[in-house]
Amino acid sequence: MNELLTLMKSELVLTGIIFLLLFIKIGKGMKNETLLPLVQVLLLVNFIFGFVFNKEGRLFGDMFYTTSLIAFQKNILNLGVYLISLLCTDWLKKNPHLPEFFLLLLSALLGMFFMISSANLLIFYLSLELASIPVAAMANFDLDKKRSAEGAMKMILSSAFSSGILLFGISLVYGSTGTISLPEISQRLDGSSLQVLAFIFFFAAFAFKLSIVPFHLWTADVYEGSPIATTAFLSVLSKGSVAFIFMTMLYRVFQPLLHTWYPMLVILSIATMVIGNLFALRQQNIKRFLAFSSIAQVGFILVAVSSNDHMGSTAVIFFVLVYIFSNLAAFGVASVIAEQTGKERIDDFKGFYKTNPFLSWILALALFSLAGVPPTAGFFGKLFLLTAGGAKAAYWFITVAALNMIISLYYYLRVVRAMFMDKNDTPIEPLKISAPVRLGTIICGAGIILSGLLSWIYDYIHSL
Amino acid sequence: MNLLLLIGAPLLTALAVLMARNKQQVKWISLGGSFLQLGLALALLLAFRQERAANNTAQMLFEQQYKLFQSLHISFHFGVDGISVAMILLTSFVVVAGVLVSWNIEKMTKEFYFLLLLLGLGAYGFFISLDLFILFFFLEISVIPKYLLIGIWGSGKKEYSANKLALMLMGGSALILVGMLGLYFAAGNSFDILTLSKATISRETQHILFPLLFVGFGVFTALFPLHTWVPDGHSSAPTAGSMFLAGISMKLGGYGCLRVATYLLPQGAKEYATIIIVLSAIAILYGAFATMMQKDLKYINAYSSVSHVGFSLLGIGMLTQTAITGALMQMVSHGVMTALFFAVIGMIYDRTHTRMVAEMGGLMKQLPFISTVFFIVGLCSLGLPGLSGFVAEMTVFVGSWENADAFHRVATMAAAMSIVVTAVYILRAIGRTVMGPNTNEAHLVLKDANWNEKLAAILLVAGILAIGIAPGWLNDLLRPAAEVIMNRITGQ
Repeated sequence: MNELLTLMKSELVLTGIIFLLLFIKIGKGMKNETLLPLVQVLLLVNFIFGFVFNKEGRLFGDMFYTTSLIAFQKNILNLGVYLISLLCTDWLKKNPHLPEFFLLLLSALLGMFFMISSANLLIFYLSLELASIPVAAMANFDLDKKRSAEGAMKMILSSAFSSGILLFGISLVYGSTGTISLPEISQRLDGSSLQVLAFIFFFAAFAFKLSIVPFHLWTADVYEGSPIATTAFLSVLSKGSVAFIFMTMLYRVFQPLLHTWYPMLVILSIATMVIGNLFALRQQNIKRFLAFSSIAQVGFILVAVSSNDHMGSTAVIFFVLVYIFSNLAAFGVASVIAEQTGKERIDDFKGFYKTNPFLSWILALALFSLAGVPPTAGFFGKLFLLTAGGAKAAYWFITVAALNMIISLYYYLRVVRAMFMDKNDTPIEPLKISAPVRLGTIICGAGIILSGLLSWIYDYIHSL
Repeated sequence: MNLLLLIGAPLLTALAVLMARNKQQVKWISLGGSFLQLGLALALLLAFRQERAANNTAQMLFEQQYKLFQSLHISFHFGVDGISVAMILLTSFVVVAGVLVSWNIEKMTKEFYFLLLLLGLGAYGFFISLDLFILFFFLEISVIPKYLLIGIWGSGKKEYSANKLALMLMGGSALILVGMLGLYFAAGNSFDILTLSKATISRETQHILFPLLFVGFGVFTALFPLHTWVPDGHSSAPTAGSMFLAGISMKLGGYGCLRVATYLLPQGAKEYATIIIVLSAIAILYGAFATMMQKDLKYINAYSSVSHVGFSLLGIGMLTQTAITGALMQMVSHGVMTALFFAVIGMIYDRTHTRMVAEMGGLMKQLPFISTVFFIVGLCSLGLPGLSGFVAEMTVFVGSWENADAFHRVATMAAAMSIVVTAVYILRAIGRTVMGPNTNEAHLVLKDANWNEKLAAILLVAGILAIGIAPGWLNDLLRPAAEVIMNRITGQ
């Protein structure tokens, strides 16, 4: 019993919060003005609690395992959820179904936790579903908007499709190895063509979740239609958690099939970077823009994943941490603007610096970090991704990636130019920044600047 | 001397500028901070000479090392040799002058000075780094300030120029990045320049990595045909921005070409020397002839910069000790000279509101101080003995001539011919603006330089004279460091 409490600490705390919200909902209910700060505080406590009492071990007949690295990964996700709750305050406050939104969000987070900890295909599949179905409902949360419903529909359909493919892959794996325990599978893989086929199905399902080209088509529409809180959750936390488990799968389980997946990864990585970047060039809607840029970022993550060693996984985890700060800062500013003015086009940002210097600097910092320009943490993140990818002496591969960084700089600078340089007779008026949003943006800004310069963060991840 | 001061001073100044309450405070804090940097740079020069006089023959002095990113073997390792000291001195002169000539900036003063100081910070950090990763970090740190400086405070087609500059420089960085990672893995997971300089790197690897690194840094220093950002960037930038770009940023590239590409990959340098010489000879001649066609003073100096910077690349390509010393001298000399040139053009533009040569004339009467400085810098540019340009270019030519074969001689002669062209365009531009009758009545009431402009000009003229009249001290700084690089090249 004691072991259950310590090893499943993150999951149990989260479940506790979920039940609390549920009781509040079915009980007397609470006004948003009091409920939202309460949730924010609970999430902060949850995040801080994630640092302590971390033990390593296995549960449920080796179906569930946890290590200090996994605990750290879970806590990165906790941080992301906390930041979303702060940054999207304006939208959340007005939401008549606030408890439901957090119920869904935290259930999805719980699914991600189980997914990262899974050591068995069954629990992996269940938790993946738990992590994706609530998100489809979250995508539909702007109840009066048609686009939101459209996004949710696309999300649930593509999600169901990818789950189907994954199940087929799982059944083939089980058929060819006779086990669903992940450590045992890796021992029984011998590279037969049936296993390669099973792996390809697996890979396709992951590609859906990570929006790797050519499985990226749902991304832009869903991102554009969903409320920004959901988009932020999807683009940062879903991507991050799937990237974590994806690496575990490749490195731990499908290691015997290295010669199959390495070339696949390289080709898809290049395709993802190039296509994500090229589509991002011409976007006008800030959410669509960030959607395509996040596709390109996944391409960069794959560069490091291809390294197949500890350096690669460290670089990816570090990058996800940095990415949470950068992307959430960008979404946070976009959310403030969209909530108070209804504007989502990049052209509307013209002259933004004159009226809103603070938000402009935060957005500029976030975009520089996404582009990988120093002194932001994104520079270190990108550089470590490429360093990991270069370990195999694949010069041309990292050259392509480095050249893609230039394309991405071009479109990130487009937004910066609109804010700082372009003239506009009717710029967005000075916006109200509420205290939680200010706190959230400052945390993100500090994270963007410091998490790279404080080198022990990277070393700490490496030591786990 | 603790080299961290060189990063700390500009950083603290920049942060203090952010805290400042009004424009006056911003200006005075920046000026104070930049003079502090100048003082530190001079102190560094003295300390360095003292150490060398005391027979301290270590390759790098004042070394310090702090571990960063231990798992990747990156450390904040820094130290200086003669080359770095000269470059740091150059940077500090240009920073002070840049702050002084921007005294009348009204639009977003605080942001302007902050970005300017950040640019200086990047240069100081770059010149003292002995770890490729940190060096790259400081190199990249300056790209965004440049972009914003041109885009916000620039003139003309500033957005286009700012974009072009940022993207081309990032392109260069991308090549450097790949080359740097290649070095890292080829030499057993180290970014440390001193470690890398002792590593044996196979000929095939050098063959791949040298062009990546040389061209990457070459973009920063206007290597033909990747020089196209130079004219647009320089002419669109605000005065201080042009000064920094031409005076400091282009030198980052030259320094990198030598310290990283040539020094760490000597075999590659030998193989590609012919191509470097051809490209730089083309740049020298093309730059000179292109300048002849320009009517805008800023474009004149921008294209002539392409030509002048070509001499430093030519010197590096010649691979003799004298030529490399000359190349380094040319970097320092051109840095001071071109900063002064842009400063003077800025002063003239602030008064006449035109940069077109044809719209000016006879400014000597109304603007005696500015015109005189313009004359001096022009003469320096065309290589008059007694000024810095002559010393530097002469050293490059002497060093080039040490290669006795026909190819090197022809290249040297071709490059030398550009001096005649330079004389033509410089004398024509100066003659038309400063001499002769005044063609524009509005120009009859102009006022001469203010105190801040005079101070900036005097500082930079002092720099030109210090190199031109007594080049010995600079030679003493650069030659031993060049010798280390040459030993590495001939040793293989």
